[in-house]
Amino acid sequence: MDLQDVQSWLNDVLREASVQFHKVPGSAIFLRYVKSSYQNDPVRSAVELFLVLFAIRYLAAPAYSTQKKSYVTLSEEACHLSSGIDVLLTSLKEVDELVDEWTPEPLVAPQTTFEEAENEKRPVIVGPTGPKSKLSNGRTVANLASYNFYNLVSNETLKEKAIQVLRTYGVGPCSPPGFYGTQDVHIKTEADIAAHLGTPACIVYAQAFSTISSVISAFSKRGDIIVADRAVNYAIRKGIQISRSTIRWYEHNDLQDLQRVLERVVTEQAKKPLTRRFIITEGLFENVGDMIDLPKIIAFGRQYKFRLILDETWSFGVLGRTGRGITEHQNVDAAEVDMIVGSLAGPLCAGGGFCAGSDSIVEHQRISASAYTFSAALPAMLATTASEILSMLQTSPEMLTTTRENIKTMWAQLDPRSDWVHCTSSADNPIMILAFKSDLIASKKLGVADQEQLFQEVVDETLANGVLITRLKSMPRAINATSKDVGWELQPALKVCVTSGLSKKEIERAGITIRHAITKIVNKRR
Amino acid sequence: MSRRLMNPFGSTSPSSTTTTTSTMYNEKYELPRRASSPRVKKFPNFFTTSPKSKSETQTATAALLAAAQQQAFVNSPSQQISSPSLSLPTISLSTARADSANMDEPPTTLFQPPSPAEARRIARQHAQFGPLGHHTHRYTSRHHGGDFPEPVMDEPPYYYLLTTYISYLILIIFGHVRDFFGKRFHKEDYRHLQATDGYAALNNGFDDFYVRRLKMRLNDCFARPVTGVPGRYITLIDRQSDDHNLHFKHTGTTTETLNMSSYNYLGFAQSEGPCADQVEENVKRYGLSLASTRADVGTSDLHVEVEDLIARFVGKPSAMVFSMGFGTNATAFPALIGKGCLIISDELNHASIRFGARLSGATITMFKHNDTRDLERLLREVISQGQPRTHRPWKRILVVVEGLYSMEGTMCNLPGLVSLKKKYKFNLFVDEAHSIGALGPKGRGVCDYFNIDPSEVDILMGTLTKSFGANGGYVAGDRAIIDKLRLTNAGSIYGESPAPAVLAQISAALRIISGDFVPGQGEERLQRLAFNSRYLRLGLKRLGFIVSGHDDSPIIPVLLYNPAKMPAFSHEMLKRKISVVVVGYPATPLVASRARFCVSAAHTKDDLDRLLEACDEIGNVLQIKFSSGIAGGAEPLPEGITPEMEKDWRRTEKGGPHGELAYQPPRWKLDEVLKRGAQDVKSPLR
Ligand SMILES: Cc1ncc(COP(=O)(O)O)c(C=O)c1O
Repeated sequence: MDLQDVQSWLNDVLREASVQFHKVPGSAIFLRYVKSSYQNDPVRSAVELFLVLFAIRYLAAPAYSTQKKSYVTLSEEACHLSSGIDVLLTSLKEVDELVDEWTPEPLVAPQTTFEEAENEKRPVIVGPTGPKSKLSNGRTVANLASYNFYNLVSNETLKEKAIQVLRTYGVGPCSPPGFYGTQDVHIKTEADIAAHLGTPACIVYAQAFSTISSVISAFSKRGDIIVADRAVNYAIRKGIQISRSTIRWYEHNDLQDLQRVLERVVTEQAKKPLTRRFIITEGLFENVGDMIDLPKIIAFGRQYKFRLILDETWSFGVLGRTGRGITEHQNVDAAEVDMIVGSLAGPLCAGGGFCAGSDSIVEHQRISASAYTFSAALPAMLATTASEILSMLQTSPEMLTTTRENIKTMWAQLDPRSDWVHCTSSADNPIMILAFKSDLIASKKLGVADQEQLFQEVVDETLANGVLITRLKSMPRAINATSKDVGWELQPALKVCVTSGLSKKEIERAGITIRHAITKIVNKRR
Repeated sequence: MSRRLMNPFGSTSPSSTTTTTSTMYNEKYELPRRASSPRVKKFPNFFTTSPKSKSETQTATAALLAAAQQQAFVNSPSQQISSPSLSLPTISLSTARADSANMDEPPTTLFQPPSPAEARRIARQHAQFGPLGHHTHRYTSRHHGGDFPEPVMDEPPYYYLLTTYISYLILIIFGHVRDFFGKRFHKEDYRHLQATDGYAALNNGFDDFYVRRLKMRLNDCFARPVTGVPGRYITLIDRQSDDHNLHFKHTGTTTETLNMSSYNYLGFAQSEGPCADQVEENVKRYGLSLASTRADVGTSDLHVEVEDLIARFVGKPSAMVFSMGFGTNATAFPALIGKGCLIISDELNHASIRFGARLSGATITMFKHNDTRDLERLLREVISQGQPRTHRPWKRILVVVEGLYSMEGTMCNLPGLVSLKKKYKFNLFVDEAHSIGALGPKGRGVCDYFNIDPSEVDILMGTLTKSFGANGGYVAGDRAIIDKLRLTNAGSIYGESPAPAVLAQISAALRIISGDFVPGQGEERLQRLAFNSRYLRLGLKRLGFIVSGHDDSPIIPVLLYNPAKMPAFSHEMLKRKISVVVVGYPATPLVASRARFCVSAAHTKDDLDRLLEACDEIGNVLQIKFSSGIAGGAEPLPEGITPEMEKDWRRTEKGGPHGELAYQPPRWKLDEVLKRGAQDVKSPLR
């Protein structure tokens, strides 16, 4: 372009701009205002101009960084830039051809035969669930698969209470907590949980599984550091993933390794600006069943300045004299743990999850934890049920004792009695995880898929003999994940959930059934 | 009966608006008070010349009431037909406004007046679901063919945009100044923002600044605690703050307000009536919970039944339910899509979609809200370019949109998307969280609304939290897809199984909507919702407000722009006993702060008239009647001019600067709005 062209173009643009500007309603007033104020007080105009510029700069900045960029990876953006040029070059026709040629893969991969069988065999309970459940095939079986440890799902008093709540509140709150969805029942349940645990505050989420992912990502951001146990559950993994924090794993329940990792993080980061650091672990592990040494972990946290996020999904309502969880069991003040996340859906027979901690931790989540802010509140009936069960745990801790007796009975039947499996769960955990012994795996050369197959057969065999148990499902793989994306893999296992709803005799008999089924299936395999 | 009225905590009385002797409990435990924080006056309120609030705003429409009570519908949801004691449908005569259960009026029928207990029961019922005022107050929600145009978006005069920016600027400067001095002189109060004792601050940066310095000022408009049923009315638990919204104390009283805030589109938030009865029955039968996940042993016959009902309702071969809508999205994407795939997402999609999409590991791009042309441009680009760096073709492309956008009130352009889908072969995922139940002649969502075969959409996702008054979400699709998802979806492997009570509510609501249960009631709910939505929208436009969204949308956002107008609007509404939601940045673009009304089938025309009157008054005081007329609300056309002829007529009718008749800013008188509204909503809104 010539210099002249540029000049005339510039002139045009300016003229057009000024015409447009005069068309804007109020522009005349604005001009008059600017003129007069400039005449009266040039300094003021300068300040005003500065303010406007500052505003534009300030306001433009966060809008970009928080929304758009976070979605597109940098490399991809760069690619888009170059692709913009490419697109210009490729003629429209070529694009059309490319579009015609492109054939997407089907939305889901076909099911494998193993999966098909799983879908088919999934038990359907007819009527209420309970220690004895009726299945859709008409048989009534002993249910050692649901988390109904204290047999409260069909408790008449609780049902009556729930119906009262229904008649006062209806079912759903129809709103997220931030918009008129916080009902007095939620405030009460939160206070009840906090009081039960002994923390200053608590926040209730609408689903237990979604809780911890949101809690983690509400606090830990890009650049922050998370040190986590290798065996943590899927929800924690997803929370870590979405937080985009730097993750360092330590070997499962290995305190020495934890210390080593913490030390390394501290030395690595010594020169860098201080970022938030967290230790994330579970009280009772979902996938292994064993317990952590909480006082030690807290001490490490203190020593290396890491905050502790403790997932008590499987220990809250289970451990301790009144079911307060691992803090009660190991005599730790719950307020020593920065965040305790737990479930109201398992033994508490209600629904939803919670996070307990200090006031500021809880209040921060009310606006920044996605699963709380952007989701409808928990139905009032479920919130009150949780409250009621907490007070039952406090007033009649015998419930827990009965279950623990039954756990002992079941252990006696399976470990060390069984030649093939051993229980990796803690002795107080009503969820017994039974994995094959390592010598068996070695001698029969069992791969992961073989073990899963065998356990599925055990489950089927046990069910045929009137006892309903399940097996530990492997964590879902990301679609198209490469082998290097897959980290820790859980060991296939059986899952036996002990309940107080069955008598000692019945538990014994069920234990024998399970043991015999294991023996039968293992022996069948040569 | 007495049991039903009992509150399990006995702390607040759900049916009264008067003071109850509840225990005062602090919403939070006492934090160390920031006694020394600088006491800046509440807010640089530019616009709060507080109006002389009319104490009795509700009386305005009494006259209209009388005429509106002629019809009694056998299956009207407001009449509890399943109740054996029901005898007189005409009772609704004197109790249309349950907040003033005025039983002194003489009965206008030959029947005996109801006993006081019966009257209370009916008042309670009507507080949850108002009786239908007149049989004409119905409309069918449907797209009438042809193009689906984007709603015209009006703009306020630049003055308001400018003051909006300046308001934020002042807020930000004030905030920084306060922080600057606070950090120096009141170290204690700012401890949590600085590294202490070797720990980095738990929350800092802009988010925290925003919360402390901007959101705190309108905290009393958020998370107002409530009690009872969030139906036609909602009972707020009164609270007050002595320390500028840092802490709230419950005063022990409650206020019953008109509920324009809950997503209770079809009015199924009820503690009585067929739904609640079904729930009660099912709790008795099934207990409280399945205490398991779906993949383990958390599937009962009730789950199977509800999944079948949902599949049939949305018109897909198969469906699965989850216990949380957010969790449904958060887990659906990772199970569907991953590396080497592309998610193209509408820029205004809900947080749960973003959450799930990010977890999936797929590449994510966005297109302009509801802009099919932008989407097409993007599709051509991504398909022709393939994956970044390698330029291999994408394994699959998933376009994700919402049926009805909860902040905008806009619907997705499904016909446009479906024709693009045919050409570009992508997979389509529609989140019907707000549209299911709320749109379409049969309430079956956007497909129903546009009369498009649901098989054109690959995945129909929705939540059960909104229209059905329950909780949870669903995913519906082809059998092969759903069967696979049952195995690979984390929500079914780890998420708790939905509770029987919730399922019973879903099942009853679905059967009512499809007419299998209490025939007639579902239809009434759907048509009342459609009528109410259009009526309110038209009224607001005529009064001169800038309203965003499509005409049939039950979500009606009114734009306020200036941040100071959010609390002002909310407070003024609360004074008139109306609960509204106000939203601002970051949920909306910075300038576009808004108040959002969610219309329900439980509302009566009188409720909406009451709201319109309140809006009229507040609109004048706060200066929010901005509209220029381009987006509707115009005066009726002269005799003999049909809407099709309007364009030509405008051209011939000289007046505007370009020789065309310019749009006049609509500023109707309230009585005109109320008088003409009911008939005008039946024709295309203008
Ligand atoms: C589009 C969309 N998807 C999902 C959800 C989440 O649903 P739920 O409230 O049931 O968790 C919402 C709710 O606000 C929504 O608007």
